Amino acid sequence: MVRMTGSQILLECLQREGVSTIFGYPGGVVLPLYDTLPQFPALRHVLVRHEQGAAHMADGYARASGEVGVCLATSGPGATNLVTGIATSFLDSTPMVAITGNVARTLLGKDGFQEADITGITQPITKHNYLVMRAENIAMTVREAFHIARSGRPGPVHVDIPKDVFQEEAEFEWPEEINLRGYRPTTKGHAGMIRRAADAINKAKRPIIISGHGIIWGDSSDELVELAEKAQIPVITTFLGIGGFPETHPLSYGFLGMHGMYHANMAADEADVVIGIGMRFDDRAMGRFNDFNPDATIVHIDIDPAEIGKNLPTAIPVVGHVKRVLPELTERLDEHDRSQWLGWIDKVEEEHPSLEIRETRRLIPQEIVRTLYEETNGKATLVTGVGQHQMWAGQHYFYDSPRKLVSSGGLGTMGFELPAAIGAQMGMPESEVWAICGDAGFQMTMQELAVCVDERLPVKIAIMNNGYLGMVRQWQELFYDENFVSVAVTQPDFCKLAEAYGIRALRIESKSEVLPAVQEARNYDGPILLDFHVDQDENVWPMVPAGAALSETIEMPEKELVR
Amino acid sequence: MTTTNGTKPGQHTVVAIVEDKPGVLQRVAGLFRRRGFNIESLAVGPTEFEGLSRMTIIVDGASAPVEQVEKQLYKLIDVVKVSDLTHEDAITRELALLKVRCNNVNRHELLDIANVFRADVVDMATNSLMLQVVGDEDKINGLIKMCEPYGIRELSRTGTIAMTRGQKTTTVHESEPEAIARVHQSQGRRVEADLPFSSD
Repeated sequence: MVRMTGSQILLECLQREGVSTIFGYPGGVVLPLYDTLPQFPALRHVLVRHEQGAAHMADGYARASGEVGVCLATSGPGATNLVTGIATSFLDSTPMVAITGNVARTLLGKDGFQEADITGITQPITKHNYLVMRAENIAMTVREAFHIARSGRPGPVHVDIPKDVFQEEAEFEWPEEINLRGYRPTTKGHAGMIRRAADAINKAKRPIIISGHGIIWGDSSDELVELAEKAQIPVITTFLGIGGFPETHPLSYGFLGMHGMYHANMAADEADVVIGIGMRFDDRAMGRFNDFNPDATIVHIDIDPAEIGKNLPTAIPVVGHVKRVLPELTERLDEHDRSQWLGWIDKVEEEHPSLEIRETRRLIPQEIVRTLYEETNGKATLVTGVGQHQMWAGQHYFYDSPRKLVSSGGLGTMGFELPAAIGAQMGMPESEVWAICGDAGFQMTMQELAVCVDERLPVKIAIMNNGYLGMVRQWQELFYDENFVSVAVTQPDFCKLAEAYGIRALRIESKSEVLPAVQEARNYDGPILLDFHVDQDENVWPMVPAGAALSETIEMPEKELVR
Repeated sequence: MTTTNGTKPGQHTVVAIVEDKPGVLQRVAGLFRRRGFNIESLAVGPTEFEGLSRMTIIVDGASAPVEQVEKQLYKLIDVVKVSDLTHEDAITRELALLKVRCNNVNRHELLDIANVFRADVVDMATNSLMLQVVGDEDKINGLIKMCEPYGIRELSRTGTIAMTRGQKTTTVHESEPEAIARVHQSQGRRVEADLPFSSD
């Protein structure tokens, strides 16, 4: 046993947990920790420009690499600035450990300078949180925090440490064993339920798989492909499930939901057995719950038992880890010829194409994404914000492997794109990372441009600049009688702004400039910003209006076809 | 109508064994608030194991399917075990203290009422007396109703606690042998491989 300070114990434990990068911002109460940081040269500290950026970077790092992301902030405002990022991670179930300092123990609860009850605040948006009151408890807390964050259904864990606990000395011993009696995620699926699921699928005429984020976090793409191929079941994904099943696979039918493919929505509505795998039947994916395919038998495979039956009545639940459940299920499935059913979906797709890029005079974002896809051969990682550009990035790029689309799906956090792209680039230094930004969301976190420069990151930043809060404008146009209120966004000259940071920038205003700009960005070794001035009036189609059923999906109206 | 254990229709009796840690009550209460589950009554106290507390929660079943309540509770890391006692053969009890107005004239009547409900008189003053009553919710409500005409000056109820009858338990079994072993060891006995008894 060695005597160490709380700061040393914390950093030693982070290192032992395999952490190499911390996204953080110093402040009063974490000074003892920052003072100790140089003693751990293997821990790379990335200085962000706002703590929200730190949380999104840790999240982006996790989503791109599969490892736990770590962010760090001081007490009070530093800690509360993390909140949006933690909630983003929570709703999308990504593994993150957020560390905050707090005021010294003697001042806790006395409204001291920069004190916030941050564990009280993060409690409903974390998988678990801790207030560590003694240095001797830090090691076990860190062990538990990483274990909870990365196991079962992943999620963010918050660890709050008062200033004097960083300074307190304690004997350090690495806890080999974790004993959390209240936390034992089920990994092995119930054999009887798997048998029932197999029976239902074998009997099905029109089965469909809806695969989600859980396939990606359960590292089970191969298992899913095997299952789908053996039983010839078409696969559609949720938005966050994109890439979990190769999108160029013949059994892939895109993603479903509010802006999913028309044929995917119709197939989900037509199926007789719906097999949800690693997903949660979210309202954006399923449309109006009461009218989602009432005749279908729902099979739901997920690691979180609380998701079973939460939104839709489930006939056959299988609680377990997809990596274990899918092979067992595949074994019990018959080989089938389902060409008739697949043909039905193909026909719908043919008659109602969702991904055609029509001829337009003005530059539209869809063709930018498609150009990007063609130029990168689908190998790049796209990190998006939230809104129209997010949907186009999901629709018009085809993802053949997991972790290539990084996006805030559940919480829908604008401003996620740039910091998450920075995190993704740091997590996967060899990857080509593109931040696909909206011009409004970009302005929420654009201060993180400085981090691209500091860390010499070759992030490519593409702004789909339509001068609007595009998705909100689309809703006001369609559902609020074109009463456009507070949706036109004034903006700085993004190119000049980038240049002020020392970042190269290109302004693209016409169709012919797109390809050369993308090529130039790809050949440039460093951060580069592309400011695409796109058609202001373009809407995202298809669309399931809020509160409507999947069967009520509407396609692009004729009047929008010609522009 | 009530079930065999006194749980009212539409209500659910849920017992949660939780880690005795700071903040655990807030986690449970926060969960109920966030998911929109209504708590009718909540009672917390220590268990037979050091470090574990027992919460008895009466949930308004109309606000949520009890299955969701159980599953969401299980998601809390500090919750070790959850049991639904609604349809179990269980004893439910609550304790109440009532301070009732009285005078020399009607004190006897009140004492008679207390007697019928097997309530104890735990304090007496010139113009009031304090009754302590133990029972299920119905019994306590009955006593309150009988005392209302005299004027209830103060009422305090503990909330319902519950326990299954017979061999069956709702406790945490895994740590039980260890707890039994500790008792034997503290009394100087060697613990053999097989312990003398286990609960079920």
